[in-house]
Amino acid sequence: MSVRPVYLDNNATTRVDPRVVEAMLPYFTEQFGNPSSMHAFGAKVGGSVREAREKLQALLGAAHDHEIVFTSGGTESDNAALISALEANPLRAEIITSVVEHPAILSACEHLAKTRGAKVHHIGVDAHGRLDIEAYRKALSDKTAIVSFMWANNETGTINPISELAGLAKDAGALFHTDAVQAVGKIPIDLRNTPVDMLSLSGHKLHGPKGIGALYVRRGTRFKSMLKGGHQERGRRAGTENTPGIIGLGVAAEIAHQNLESDMPRIAALRDRLEKSLLQRVGNAFVTGDPHARLPNTTSIAFEYIEGEAILLLLNRAGIAASSGSACTSGSLEPSHVMRAMGIPYTAAHGAIRFSFSRENTKEDVDQVLEVMPDIIARLRELSPFWSGEGPSTGAFQPTYA
Amino acid sequence: MWDYTDKVKEYFFEPKNAGVLSDANAIGEVGAIACGDALKLMLKVDPGTERIENAKFQTFGCGSAIASSSALTELVIGKTLDEALKLTNADIADFLGGLPPEKMHCSVMGYEALQAAVANYRGEEWADDHEEGALICKCFGVDEGMLETAIRVNKLTTLEMVTFYTKAGGSCATCLEAIEGVLARSNEKMVAEGIIPAEAAFVAGQVEVSGVIRKPQAAKAPAPVSDDFVPLDIFNEEIRAAAPQPKLTTFQRIKLIEDVIEEVRPALQRDGGDCELVDVDGNNVMLKLTGACINCQLSAMTVAGVQERLVERTRLPIRVIPVKAPGH
Repeated sequence: MSVRPVYLDNNATTRVDPRVVEAMLPYFTEQFGNPSSMHAFGAKVGGSVREAREKLQALLGAAHDHEIVFTSGGTESDNAALISALEANPLRAEIITSVVEHPAILSACEHLAKTRGAKVHHIGVDAHGRLDIEAYRKALSDKTAIVSFMWANNETGTINPISELAGLAKDAGALFHTDAVQAVGKIPIDLRNTPVDMLSLSGHKLHGPKGIGALYVRRGTRFKSMLKGGHQERGRRAGTENTPGIIGLGVAAEIAHQNLESDMPRIAALRDRLEKSLLQRVGNAFVTGDPHARLPNTTSIAFEYIEGEAILLLLNRAGIAASSGSACTSGSLEPSHVMRAMGIPYTAAHGAIRFSFSRENTKEDVDQVLEVMPDIIARLRELSPFWSGEGPSTGAFQPTYA
Repeated sequence: MWDYTDKVKEYFFEPKNAGVLSDANAIGEVGAIACGDALKLMLKVDPGTERIENAKFQTFGCGSAIASSSALTELVIGKTLDEALKLTNADIADFLGGLPPEKMHCSVMGYEALQAAVANYRGEEWADDHEEGALICKCFGVDEGMLETAIRVNKLTTLEMVTFYTKAGGSCATCLEAIEGVLARSNEKMVAEGIIPAEAAFVAGQVEVSGVIRKPQAAKAPAPVSDDFVPLDIFNEEIRAAAPQPKLTTFQRIKLIEDVIEEVRPALQRDGGDCELVDVDGNNVMLKLTGACINCQLSAMTVAGVQERLVERTRLPIRVIPVKAPGH
């Protein structure tokens, strides 16, 4: 079977750019030194780490390179930010976050509520995934230690108004953290002029390697290190630096920064064509998320009356990689918490398919999806008891539910 | 990506008997709202012989749900209704060469659709009593609802007993913390309802989890929670090895099976249930559950428990098959 592979699951992970791989390789071999060492082996590596930090600083628009702390990835950064906020502000024990955050935030909050008695406010969203700003305002108080809202949602691509949200937190004297794992490298970020105190990012979402990420900590923010150990990263993240990863992330950030302006409209055009054409060719389908504030690379389309995993299996056979908010792909038996939070009916939530682009996608990729998708949907609907002929079989099928 | 067998893939990509059966006279419609699966099973039953002449399905669900539905239709065509009713979800999974534990509920949905379709044909009302929750033990496919029921009905208060009753946590043991959570929550509710005393309740964090990993316990069986239950240490090879190795005639074998069934009946009767030995065919033991056992959510566990005891006593690969009517 030789189908042309089409990778449209870039919000899950991206291909490491060959230039990134090439830059990393020497740090596994001759440049193996520990940057903390006094000798020449270490000194050279230390210089390269500094350059990588500056490249990431440029991509984020951060004022200082020492505001960047390298970590193992988005999850570590998220955990470190929340834990530090509680430890550094003993008089404030409340966290405000949203119902559509990544599990790295939601699970960490749940744990902190259980182990440290933190009170967690979960702010809801509307049908387009937009935050309930009024509920957020009401939740803010002089007890709020930290607010954590994602910059962009991984499933729908919905972008939060981070400046406004961060401003409200500052007014209440609370720290503001954002999980920007899906935003960094996809949309412009200017931390000099955004009142964000902490920001999480991950290397492998922007054509960098896995196992490397960073936490931005604004200068002057009180920060307590989560990992105890050596003095690395100015005492904010113990453990010998993952130097090949850091070098790789630096190069990935540099490439993303250089190409961002030209990539964004090109990727958005591909995404828009796929979305429009699919909706034209397939009925009973709709886009989830906020169409007016969305990542340029992401579309999440809910196909009604069929189930996501079945769609993915058939897409996979046609060489196409995408992902789904359906229950069955996760083994959790429930549709994604993001779809549920937006109030998407379960017959549609289970059939939500996410296509996420990168700068490596082409017009041919879109063509290939358009070619097979209508047949896949039609075929599965033919199998569906909720469907008959050309439309939903409303009311006729009423199974006994467990 | 799920680790689907070739047979599952085959029945998903090229499903047999998919679509609408216009002359169906037995229709079963079931679904699991949490999982988003729904299945409509359509059968054409010959009224004279009660033989299933044709079967078709429509399924809203994942790859394994579609494959399970298709497998079900293949399994029932040509069988009489009584024969078809003996099928279990395990038969569907076996037909497909196995399903990932997270996907076993797909085969359960097939089993339920068949029950519903036969009830529909016979003009009966079919009520689903299957509960689902988050899958806790992936090795044995035990979900939260099943754990809660087992804990409540049997008044379980230790991790060990939960494993004995449900097998959950008995293999890789990575879910012990999750089981502890369910146990602690269930016990808390049971204390509030006065089902168990507060001092008996399990409280998470009060036992060393590392100490819970199964050790050989030939000398000492764990204390049973209620006097009618003798734990079966299915993990203990020593107990199995020590059991007598009888060479039985057919008569002796059936007599022994009868004796074992008689032994378990008092325990069932105490809970308002009962069982009856219907037939023995080779190593297959047909058992009819009666009284409160019918529609009991734990009937699968009861059957498994009887089977374990039969295997232990006879040293034979006995399989207990629950049947509805004595003889057929």
